[in-house]
Amino acid sequence: MSDEQQPALETHDLTVTYHKRPALYGIDVAVPAGSLVGVVGPNGAGKSSFIKAVMGVVPSSGGWVKVFGKPLRENLHRVGYVPQRESVDWDFPVTVMDVALMGTYGGLGLFRGPGKAEKRRASEALEKVGMLPYSNRQIGNLSGGQQQRVFLARALAQDSDLYLMDEPFVGVDAATEAAIVTLLREMRERGKTVIVVHHDLQSAGEYFDRLLLLNMRLVAFGEVKDVYTPELLQKTYGGRLTILSEVADRAAKL
Amino acid sequence: MVQEMSVLASAVDFLIPAGGSAKAMMAAVLLGAGCGLLGCFVVLRRVALMGDAVSHAVLPGVVAGLIYSSERSPGVIFVFAATAGLLGAGLVRLMMMSTRLKSDAALGIVLATFFAFGIMWQSRNQQDTVGVMNFLFGNVGSIDASDLRMMLMTTLVLVVTMFFLRRPLLVMSFDEGFSRGLGYPVKLLNGVFYFLLTFSVVVALQAVGVVLVSAMLITPAAAAYLLTDRFDRMLLLSVLFGVLSGLAGGVVSAEVNGLPTGPVIALSATALFAGVYLVAPRHGVLSKAWRTFRRRMRVRRENTLKAIYQIHEGEGFVHEEVSVLMLARKRGQTEDAVRRDCKALLSRGFIDMAEDGVSLHLSRLGWKRAMEIVRNHRLWELYLTNEADYAEDHVHEDAEKIEHILEPGTVRQLEQHLDFPELDPHGKPIPQPRHLVAQPLLTR
Ligand SMILES: Nc1ncnc2c1ncn2[C@@H]1O[C@H](COP(=O)(O)OP(=O)(O)OP(=O)(O)O)[C@@H](O)[C@H]1O
Ligand SMILES: [Mg+2]
Repeated sequence: MSDEQQPALETHDLTVTYHKRPALYGIDVAVPAGSLVGVVGPNGAGKSSFIKAVMGVVPSSGGWVKVFGKPLRENLHRVGYVPQRESVDWDFPVTVMDVALMGTYGGLGLFRGPGKAEKRRASEALEKVGMLPYSNRQIGNLSGGQQQRVFLARALAQDSDLYLMDEPFVGVDAATEAAIVTLLREMRERGKTVIVVHHDLQSAGEYFDRLLLLNMRLVAFGEVKDVYTPELLQKTYGGRLTILSEVADRAAKL
Repeated sequence: MVQEMSVLASAVDFLIPAGGSAKAMMAAVLLGAGCGLLGCFVVLRRVALMGDAVSHAVLPGVVAGLIYSSERSPGVIFVFAATAGLLGAGLVRLMMMSTRLKSDAALGIVLATFFAFGIMWQSRNQQDTVGVMNFLFGNVGSIDASDLRMMLMTTLVLVVTMFFLRRPLLVMSFDEGFSRGLGYPVKLLNGVFYFLLTFSVVVALQAVGVVLVSAMLITPAAAAYLLTDRFDRMLLLSVLFGVLSGLAGGVVSAEVNGLPTGPVIALSATALFAGVYLVAPRHGVLSKAWRTFRRRMRVRRENTLKAIYQIHEGEGFVHEEVSVLMLARKRGQTEDAVRRDCKALLSRGFIDMAEDGVSLHLSRLGWKRAMEIVRNHRLWELYLTNEADYAEDHVHEDAEKIEHILEPGTVRQLEQHLDFPELDPHGKPIPQPRHLVAQPLLTR
């Protein structure tokens, strides 16, 4: 298990540009395996872009990503991704169970359909988030919090080692939020690494082991006690980084 | 390999009917199936305009095919048309990637350019392209054995590919980012999708025509989407609707002189859609109206039952009969209206009428239902005043509605929650339908 020594996620000089406008500058992080990491920063800081670039959903314009010591492509099966809830059409004609089953498709290749084992895994994942009683519902007939839990179940069914979640707490009530936090901690206890984009600075300090402070570039990454400081938070949230965003605007016009 | 191909080809030949109208029917079935399948993804991915763009973009390809193959070989036309369609789709994607134009603008530009170019090219080569009208507006009659062979093989490829790739395509259409995370080759799958889309357009071209092909891609799938929340069922229904409208269009345009096939097929699809729109069990307009009507009638019956109960209650349960007149006064309605309500109750076994028709009494079933409604009403009032802190005089209106929709499970929960209460907030007793048998007056 040389695996344990490898960082779960390592990025080097990861850069994202949209139509020549840089959104994220050269991110270097090494996230140790088995940690629960919160990604925080103001709106437009590039939190979603960071997750998407790691997953290769948006092309990065520079740098590299390694997962458990190997390029992402080789270890993709060990990564679970929970996109922002708004990113899909909830009127889609699929059921809760169908969505959870999607989590198991990664191991099936393009042509094979899910069998008994996959269905069991999906059911277990739904059970864990308390959505099993709804498994035959069309996903549009769910509340926002329930939809979020379906997304989590899909990720759980993937049975990955590293999870990247984009704002799983948006639009869920306090009870669901607490349930999700418990779930995340449980996952960490089982040795999973979980990286969560989070909006609320207040709770970020208590939910996570480590924080990744982001504002177009990496402000700080480290254990909560080291980086949850007024100075660093001020640096992250304190106003726009005028020079950085001006230069970005100018780059877009080139 | 070559041998297998020729075996397949002869098998295909075997399937092709000799008669002209049989050929037309078969063409209609094939195009309905292909467009129905692809249409589901077109509708779900919201790329309806893409179907339109591809169908217009194939026109220069058709013209080229007509010019460059002297004996109008369907294979050559197919290859040219498909190439032009794919080129169009590719240009759209290129424009979207390299500018900040959204898909609609990019599609509009490509559609118009290709179509205009095709028309211009055609009018410079009128002698070579006499058949082009068939492609513009569709003509099932112009489809011969070799066209049909081409359609059959293409549809076969389409159906088989769809069958094997429907799951990855579905996941990708639902959540592209996630499917990338699964390791799906998203670019390749997108490519395959546009290939198949172009194929289905070209298959339908000669029967429906460039202008109306997109109707076949969208309308049957949209109708299926209104009918079901399951993807597999949507695929089947969409194929069914596609085939049906193809057949209907084929038959009608063959029977009625001078009717072009394309518009008739498109309108058949619309007719099917309209039917579904009106009567679809869940989302249909008429079925919704019907459900509302049924519910209103039920509420009316239950309110009459409740009124009968309240009359009995007011008299201290001493009489067995209630007169129609009293009921009319209680309900604030004319005697005729009450008589009509009574008829509905009678036919459902809730009441018995006296011979002369002036009075009535509740049957066992009627007592039970009436007690349930009154109980629901009073329980709910109690719940609102106790738990939700409503003022006593605010709860009646709400309970009037809720009494009709409380389910047994909820009732039990309420009772437990309120510790099996006996009186409502206004001090009236809450009836217990469970104890119906034990009450002397009511055991008959
Ligand atoms: N697809 C896109 N095309 C162009 N620009 C984009 C795109 N996605 C994001 N951006 C830009 O990149 C920057 C970072 O966006 P991102 O969504 O990563 O921020 P975020 O930190 O997730 O914000 P939020 O808290 O609002 O979710 C923003 O300025 C945004 O406008
Ligand atoms: Mg975001």
